[in-house]
Amino acid sequence: MSITISNISKSYKNVKALQDISFEVKENELFGLIGPDGAGKTTLFRILTTLLIANEGTATVAGFDVISDYKMIRNSVGYMPGKFSLYQDLTVEENLNFFATIFGTTIEENYDLIKDIYVQIEPFKDRRAGKLSGGMKQKLALCCALIHKPKVLFLDEPTTGVDPVSRKEFWDMLKRLQQKGITILVSTPYMDEAALCDRIALIQAGKILEIDTPKAIVKHYSKPIYNVRANNMYQLINSLNDYEYNHSVYPFGEFVHYTDKRADFNQKELKMYLETKNLTDIEIEKTIATIEDTFMELAK
Amino acid sequence: MNHNKVIQVEGLTKMFGDFTAVNAITFDIEKGEIFGFLGANGAGKTTAMKMLIGISNPTSGKANVAGFNVFTNAEDIKKNIGYMSQKFALYDDLTVKENITFFGGIYGLSIKRIKEKSEILIQELGLEKVANTLVGSLPLGWKQKLSFSVSLIHDPKIVFLDEPTGGVDPITRRQFWEMIYKAANQGTTVFVTTHYMDEAEYCDRVSIMVNGKIEALDTPKKLKEKFKAANMNDVFLKLARG
Repeated sequence: MSITISNISKSYKNVKALQDISFEVKENELFGLIGPDGAGKTTLFRILTTLLIANEGTATVAGFDVISDYKMIRNSVGYMPGKFSLYQDLTVEENLNFFATIFGTTIEENYDLIKDIYVQIEPFKDRRAGKLSGGMKQKLALCCALIHKPKVLFLDEPTTGVDPVSRKEFWDMLKRLQQKGITILVSTPYMDEAALCDRIALIQAGKILEIDTPKAIVKHYSKPIYNVRANNMYQLINSLNDYEYNHSVYPFGEFVHYTDKRADFNQKELKMYLETKNLTDIEIEKTIATIEDTFMELAK
Repeated sequence: MNHNKVIQVEGLTKMFGDFTAVNAITFDIEKGEIFGFLGANGAGKTTAMKMLIGISNPTSGKANVAGFNVFTNAEDIKKNIGYMSQKFALYDDLTVKENITFFGGIYGLSIKRIKEKSEILIQELGLEKVANTLVGSLPLGWKQKLSFSVSLIHDPKIVFLDEPTGGVDPITRRQFWEMIYKAANQGTTVFVTTHYMDEAEYCDRVSIMVNGKIEALDTPKKLKEKFKAANMNDVFLKLARG
């Protein structure tokens, strides 16, 4: 196991940030921690990277205990915090050199690991980090987290606020790093990125809702789920919310995902109801649950 | 001027030195429309938005927002629009009520009106129990819903929302959109940026900016047809590679 977490709890004053969290991340796995702001993702990252001590429980990273072997862990992991934490007044190259030196290595020694990413920011190597665009900062931070060839890489919301194109590029980079033998624990609030992980943990309000492969998690969704569409989205949502048999009503792009309380749900009956609400162009068809559906059902 | 068009933009351009951040963009937005303003990081969205809300002077072009010219009446624009961003939301060290009172005051509402608005707003959001709690201690989702309501406190014609749902949990994100629909249904024009492509589908029309230009502008349905894409994420990926 690359990471083991056993019964970890952490509180800040009267806020329970993490409650009895346990899971394992396998060697060379790309593991996703999926949950919104305030779920406890950053707290867990800080405990695993030895920057914070848990109130209860134990954890190991790369075989080392987070308390007794914390120095060994610091040499074995790369950590990219959610907040940009490089030196704003050092240049791109100076930042990278600094982190390499701190870890007793050189850029040249591990250049093959960062090459793919570094070539994209190399044209700006003399620019101060504070003057880089968001996407460039993110790439530099990743290079700095990798420069000592860590066994385990911790990425805390690397794609938050990043546009879909750059997000896709970032995930392509992660897949390549995984192929080079690095174990990756990554957190994200974007549910669509969950599908790109080997396994995921859904986390909310300090508790793990579920852990499994993305495919298996989706299969656990027990209710039949329907795509509903009509001429007016707002009226449709209101009408479905008013429908006495609804179990859940969530807008999903051009559709509303609808589930019903009854076992013998009849599509025609719902269509007739919606027609009485003056909706037209009504379409109802069965669909497959997504990770976001599962998350919302568990978080309800 | 067509009174149904609450935003009219023609050839709007912003240069920083010899860099063209916004390159001659042209579009109209109608009353009550939900308009999605998309683009990659660095495409020029924020610069364009700053010109429309009257806090950045355009280099050239024309723009009329809520009936006022961005060149000559920027102050009037500010009074007639609402604005909310993910970063600057509310004052963390003021309570829910204090924030409402503060922003009501900024927008020149009478004390009586502030009191009325405050009660309605707190009740609608179900914040009765935390009305006297510091905003800083509320969950992000609540803050963002409160922030949206506060941006509408002076009944503006248009509300500008800059990534209002970033990092918000999926259930709250949807409740937030229901609030947007409600506002639009009551005639408020909503101008919104987002990185969630499913939210792009909720908009009446969507524009996609690439390198300072608007490269596509239509209903989500027509954009998907035009780019032969299954969803807005695919449309975005096809276009925004730039």
